[in-house]
Amino acid sequence: MALLDVKNLSITFGGLHAVDDFNLSVEEGQLYGLIGPNGAGKTTVFNLLTGVYKPTSGTILLDGRDITGHKSAEINKDGIARTFQNIRLFHQLSVIDNVKAALHGSFKYSTFEAMFHIGRFSSTEKELREKALSILRVFGLDTVSEILSSNLPYGQQRKLEIARAMATEPKLLLLDEPAAGMNPNETAELMETISLIRDKYKITILLIEHDMKLVSGICEYVTVLNFGKVLAEGKTKEVLANPEVIRAYLGDDE
Amino acid sequence: MKKPNLSKKSAGRFTTYAIVAAAWAVLEIMLHTGLMSSHMQGLLVPMAYYAIVAVGLNLCVGILGELSLGHAGFMCVGAFSGALFSLLTAGKLPDGLRFFLALVIGVLLSALAGFLIGIPVLRLNGDYLAIVTLAFGEIIKNIINALYLGIDSKGMHVSFESQAALNMEPEGQILINGAMGVTGTPHDSNFTIAIVLLLLSLVIVQNFIDSMDGRAVMSIRDNRIAAESIGIPVTKYKMLAFTVSAAIAGMAGVIFSHNIATLQSTSQYFGYNVSIMILVYVVLGGIGNIRGSVIAAAILYMLPELLRGLNKYRMLIYSIVLIAVMIFNWAPGAIEKRTRFFDRIRKGIRNGAA
Ligand SMILES: Nc1ncnc2c1ncn2[C@@H]1O[C@H](COP(=O)(O)OP(=O)(O)OP(=O)(O)O)[C@@H](O)[C@H]1O
Ligand SMILES: [Mg+2]
Repeated sequence: MALLDVKNLSITFGGLHAVDDFNLSVEEGQLYGLIGPNGAGKTTVFNLLTGVYKPTSGTILLDGRDITGHKSAEINKDGIARTFQNIRLFHQLSVIDNVKAALHGSFKYSTFEAMFHIGRFSSTEKELREKALSILRVFGLDTVSEILSSNLPYGQQRKLEIARAMATEPKLLLLDEPAAGMNPNETAELMETISLIRDKYKITILLIEHDMKLVSGICEYVTVLNFGKVLAEGKTKEVLANPEVIRAYLGDDE
Repeated sequence: MKKPNLSKKSAGRFTTYAIVAAAWAVLEIMLHTGLMSSHMQGLLVPMAYYAIVAVGLNLCVGILGELSLGHAGFMCVGAFSGALFSLLTAGKLPDGLRFFLALVIGVLLSALAGFLIGIPVLRLNGDYLAIVTLAFGEIIKNIINALYLGIDSKGMHVSFESQAALNMEPEGQILINGAMGVTGTPHDSNFTIAIVLLLLSLVIVQNFIDSMDGRAVMSIRDNRIAAESIGIPVTKYKMLAFTVSAAIAGMAGVIFSHNIATLQSTSQYFGYNVSIMILVYVVLGGIGNIRGSVIAAAILYMLPELLRGLNKYRMLIYSIVLIAVMIFNWAPGAIEKRTRFFDRIRKGIRNGAA
């Protein structure tokens, strides 16, 4: 059984069929690419998968469970975490506090203990801090943990978003153009990090990317979206050689 | 000797407590050595309760990121519910216990008011809270202003017309006499109690900010969609922060009503202008800067009163101080200098202790 099974997913904005009868099946452990020209509906698919938008029709199954219509916070608890195309960090919080906020679900003390820093507060905060630092270390961000997140360079902000998503221990990680705005060095480093977390945490990753080098470098499978519809899907090499796909890209993008 | 191992955040918290305690000590000494005019003596308790409301409001505006224009309304709820409790139990309970229970009741009822307002408003995403709290503050003030309430052997009597319409037995007790308000509330609060409660609200708010709950609230402020994406129950935390904020304003209200001979529900005390005045303290003290709220409330409340003697120049000096406070709190250069100054003081204290 596939980890993520999306059937006939559609949403319309006014008259626009932003996502139209979209189907996708991602197996556990896969690193799957979602590609397509600008405005194809890729980000909208992510917003549907994470409950930001409610689909007009269709179903989303995660691990065989129907999660269609669940609210965003619930879907995170169901096991999906994501990053955003236009970075959405908690900009007034430090780097480590961004990750601590995401560890919210794994630690517990009462509001009363929080208000007086008593009881479970100190020991829990200590564990929380260690956990957050260990996550930051994976992304090489532990040395800047106390910096305000909005003061990080762009590439590190993108990494921090991934770290924050990983802190919620998802089964499925959605990355929306993780390499956007990065230079070739940063991109190469990021590709390494993405492969590394997939292997280390044994999670499944679905990523949107424009950078074809990145996609063909790390994604085993891709789905191509064009005008809200699936244009092609399958093994990355085969799909990227598909004349229709090439035409869609040449026509709209390059 | 072992160096005190305080994180920067907790060191900052203790600096705030130290400032408040030092101000209290100086003012108490002045009070007991006759160095303070009777006019100024009367300003101490109000200064403290406005600082408390400012701390509570900053939790709502600076930490939660929601604008409230009705915190005077929560003060009003706390003031009247606390006063009524004290009137009804005067002579039946020891003074200390009575005031403590009045505080508990004022805090609970204003928290309830905040909670009830939050249910419909805070689940919406948008700036609806400002307008709803503005309306709430005005409505609660006007309702209480029109309310007649009395008690006799038959129980409670309520009217919105006149005292006569209460139909009371002659030996009955009038609790709220319409626009004339409540008289005879025991004078249970004083400057020291008000300062202790200011410290309590500072402990609660500053500790809250530096906890999982606080981080959840601030993550919602910074980016709601991202906060939801990491599983934070947004409505729950908005409700929590707003309810606590309202409760703190209610606590200030209880101090207020136990420090005044005649408690009236008028615009002067509970109108939107008061809510805005407190918002000015919060904004000038620094949005999200809890210590700044206390300092701004103290200075900006005291200043116009102390300048009364200088009739002609009063507003001029006041405006200059407003601008100075704004620069001190908001100009990047000033912030940097200030941070360095406090760091140096902290280092000095640490070295002194070592
Ligand atoms: N909330 C919305 N309301 C109306 N239209 C929307 C909304 N969100 C997306 N759209 C439209 O849906 C279409 C798909 O947008 P989407 O952002 O999903 O594209 P994309 O494939 O992610 O593009 P890009 O590569 O530029 O990020 C676009 O035409 C966009 O304008
Ligand atoms: Mg997009």
